[in-house]
Amino acid sequence: MNAVTAQLPALQVVIPLLGAIIAAFLRRGTLAWAWAALITALTPVIAFAQLHQVWTNDTISYRMGGWPPPIGIEYRVDLLNAFVLLLVSLVSTIMMPYARRSVAHEIDGDKQAWFYCMYLLGLAGLLGITITGDAFNAFVFLEISSLSTYVMIAMGRDRRALVASYQYLIIGTIGATLYVIGVGLLYLVTGSLNFADIGTRLAEASAAYPRPVLAGLAFLFVGISLKLALFPLHVWLPNAYAYAPSFATAFLAATATKVAIYLLLRIVFSVYGVAIDLNTLPVSTVLYPLSIAAMFIASILAVYETNLKRMLAYSSVAQIGYITLGIALMNQAGLTGSVVHLFNHALIKGALFLALGAIVYRAGTIKLDDLGGIGRTMPLTFAAFVFAGMSLMGVPGTAGFISKYYLIVGALDAGLWPIAFLIVASSLIALVYIGRAVEVAYFRPIASAPANAKDPPLMMLVPILVLTFASIYFGIDTELSAGVASRVAETLLGGLK
Amino acid sequence: MLAFAPESLVIAALTIPLIGALLIPLFHSAPNARESVTLATAGALTFTVWSLLPHVLAGARPAAIDIAVVPGLNIAFSVEPLGMLFALIAATLWLVTSVYAIGYMRGNDEPRQTSFYVCFAVALWATMGIAFAKNLFTLFIFYEILTLSTYPLVAHKANGEAIRAGRIYLLILIGTSMVLLLPAIAWTWVLAGTLDFTSGGILNGKTTPFALCALLALFAFGIGKAALMPLHFWLPAAMVAPTPVSALLHAVAVVKAGVFTILKVVVYIFGIETLAYAGSGTWLVYAAGFTVIAASLVALRQDNLKARLAYSTVSQLSYVILAAAILTPISAVGAAMHIAAHAVSKITLFFAAGAIYTAAHKTEISELAGIGRRMPCTMGAFAIGAISMIGLPPTAGFLGKWFMLSGAMQTGQWLPVAIIVVSTLLNAAYFLPIVYTAFFEREPAAHAVGAEAAHEHGEAPLPIVIALIFTAAATIGLFLFPEVPHALAKLMVGG
Repeated sequence: MNAVTAQLPALQVVIPLLGAIIAAFLRRGTLAWAWAALITALTPVIAFAQLHQVWTNDTISYRMGGWPPPIGIEYRVDLLNAFVLLLVSLVSTIMMPYARRSVAHEIDGDKQAWFYCMYLLGLAGLLGITITGDAFNAFVFLEISSLSTYVMIAMGRDRRALVASYQYLIIGTIGATLYVIGVGLLYLVTGSLNFADIGTRLAEASAAYPRPVLAGLAFLFVGISLKLALFPLHVWLPNAYAYAPSFATAFLAATATKVAIYLLLRIVFSVYGVAIDLNTLPVSTVLYPLSIAAMFIASILAVYETNLKRMLAYSSVAQIGYITLGIALMNQAGLTGSVVHLFNHALIKGALFLALGAIVYRAGTIKLDDLGGIGRTMPLTFAAFVFAGMSLMGVPGTAGFISKYYLIVGALDAGLWPIAFLIVASSLIALVYIGRAVEVAYFRPIASAPANAKDPPLMMLVPILVLTFASIYFGIDTELSAGVASRVAETLLGGLK
Repeated sequence: MLAFAPESLVIAALTIPLIGALLIPLFHSAPNARESVTLATAGALTFTVWSLLPHVLAGARPAAIDIAVVPGLNIAFSVEPLGMLFALIAATLWLVTSVYAIGYMRGNDEPRQTSFYVCFAVALWATMGIAFAKNLFTLFIFYEILTLSTYPLVAHKANGEAIRAGRIYLLILIGTSMVLLLPAIAWTWVLAGTLDFTSGGILNGKTTPFALCALLALFAFGIGKAALMPLHFWLPAAMVAPTPVSALLHAVAVVKAGVFTILKVVVYIFGIETLAYAGSGTWLVYAAGFTVIAASLVALRQDNLKARLAYSTVSQLSYVILAAAILTPISAVGAAMHIAAHAVSKITLFFAAGAIYTAAHKTEISELAGIGRRMPCTMGAFAIGAISMIGLPPTAGFLGKWFMLSGAMQTGQWLPVAIIVVSTLLNAAYFLPIVYTAFFEREPAAHAVGAEAAHEHGEAPLPIVIALIFTAAATIGLFLFPEVPHALAKLMVGG
């Protein structure tokens, strides 16, 4: 048993990676789905074991191939990435039962196995970015996850999916290139690729070569910001989310941007923060205006969007603004809010996009104007949409409120009460776009598309309801969300110079 | 009689409406069984809440449930006198309204009755949560649930007007609570380190008078349900809802939740003495006084009966705020008494308006000539409610005004006295003509106005008449036997 537990960090990535290859050979869609579901279900078990280990003991350091760091690749699990690993793997597992029908509905039979192959590759990539302690290895996994994502998006039924995928490919490649340039600069000045090792050498390097160190941050920052869709680098996201297959949208919305945010936290706090006083770096200066712009502009764009998937995509850009705002605050409450919102938003958006996927499955459209009365023909699905939507708004008693509460307290602690007002004011806009959907769904006469719709089969319905329940539940019991997040924030801030 | 522990009664009061809300949809296709569930739920809740009363009067403060959501934010419940009074009013009147609603919803063939009753039960659940909340955070949760659960009731008719009203309703109520009330709560937490409702308040000596003043403003306008001008216009808009909703929710539960919250914040968060000493509440006298007078003037000009009642409610709610702003214990007693008095009287008026709509399909005051002779019970009850609104004995409305005036005179605050006197005249000016028209003017002849005016009708369906006679009787009963609200109100201010 010990031999297995010692290998957990490697297994976390290797299992989905090898699983992906095997999935490609399973020609039948259902078989490939069953295989992908099995593989996915193993990942949260490993993630949970690791979280347990770092919660009770200390950081896990795993030497890939037995080579000691910083020469070899180190997989390093601390509380922050153990938390993100659990989030990504658990949400994916919850979503898997949903995938079979939705994917079968939207993707041709002979391509389904490829889809699951790409999905597992994407999962392996995301888990890899999160677990690795090596900057270049992170780049490799970033590319693995991105390439598989481009394919998944391109598999959408609508032909515009191809354009969306292409757009994302160009932007994503630019982002990855910028990231690797940043890594290269850091390697030049420190001679290391290991995050922790770079951190220990950076203070000295920064004194000798201040400009390349700063330029490295700029490249890394912009590169990662493209992946996490920080306003105004978000332009790829609405189309990608809108035209990707429903399951892929839900999966990406819940996991991909979160992992990119994790990488930003890692670079800012564990690499730069431990070496250089963050107040001397322009991180907050850049993040404040962009976050606030995201919260307002993207939310307002969501209000005017009639395609519900695009509406939620813009909403994601806005919510990412809240997360980056918490990073900008750089205090205990703000950072806790940021990390807990990463968790809560994954659940909320997962639930919302799955609900939309069910609507696509039953009613065949997600144009708001065609969905009159959908709340009455698909009562459970749309009730889930409403409750997850309330959590998105931050109604007290839901998970979304917890995030907002920490962010508000963080802003007040920093003495920035206007920002506290901006947080609450922008969350009102969510009321407008969710409320608009509610009006159409419940108070319009039943339109033709939803007329014969009904709630989806249980395999699809249960994941929707589980995620919806979670996005309410974590507003009342916050042990796993805010409890861990506040310890993460403590560790990140405690390591700062 | 079975004796239950007060703690379990609190939990029962907080679960019964929710169980009802879950059971009602199961009887979707059997309306009689469905309405029985509503009645049984309301009856059980009323019984539970009244069983709590002796404990609270004896000085107990039964508490139940305490969940720490995040450090400092707890979902916790505890029954104190003012909350007890509010819960008694809401639960009892829910039972009466349920009887009424059966007559009204069936008499008017309203659509989607199942979801109507479900939302109603959830709204009452939220009301119980507000009444029994131990701290501001818990109150805030249920305050928002109350808004969200009543939104479908406002938009019930699902036509353009109802949907627009629903939008205004949500945007004003959620908007004020998120943008003003939530920061006020966060600020209170930062200042005091607690959000618990505490006798004497928690902000004594914590900050400057100016900050107290600003904080009070955030609360007073953030609690949009109290309909302080200029944030009152959601209330007239909400009148598009079916009359049982206007009666129970927009004359009792929702709006009283607003003034109840303000009263609780003034008494248990700021503390009457802290505010009076700092002089930070003076502006609220002006704001509330303005609302009292201005809303009455607007009410004068309304021909639609429900609209006139709505503006009257806006005006009467500000009496409670005014009484709280006078900042003496005796006027706070008056505020609590007025919450009870206005509840039974205004619900009577709405019941009557709904009865007229059901029986005669009339909504405008100018159409009511002579209707008192066709519907003597309804209009008799209406007259009693109107007298109570004006504040004349022998009705409940007299008591609240009496205590408010005593409080104001005691401390020599002549402005509130003047406001109350002037508004009494205005109340008389917009209520008495309705009563006069109904009883003493002649019904227009058939050929004069058209066939519709000659529509033959008598009283509304029996459940409606029973309900409104009951509340009219309660309006007088509360004047004759004011012991319960008075005792609770005095306990609230520690007398």
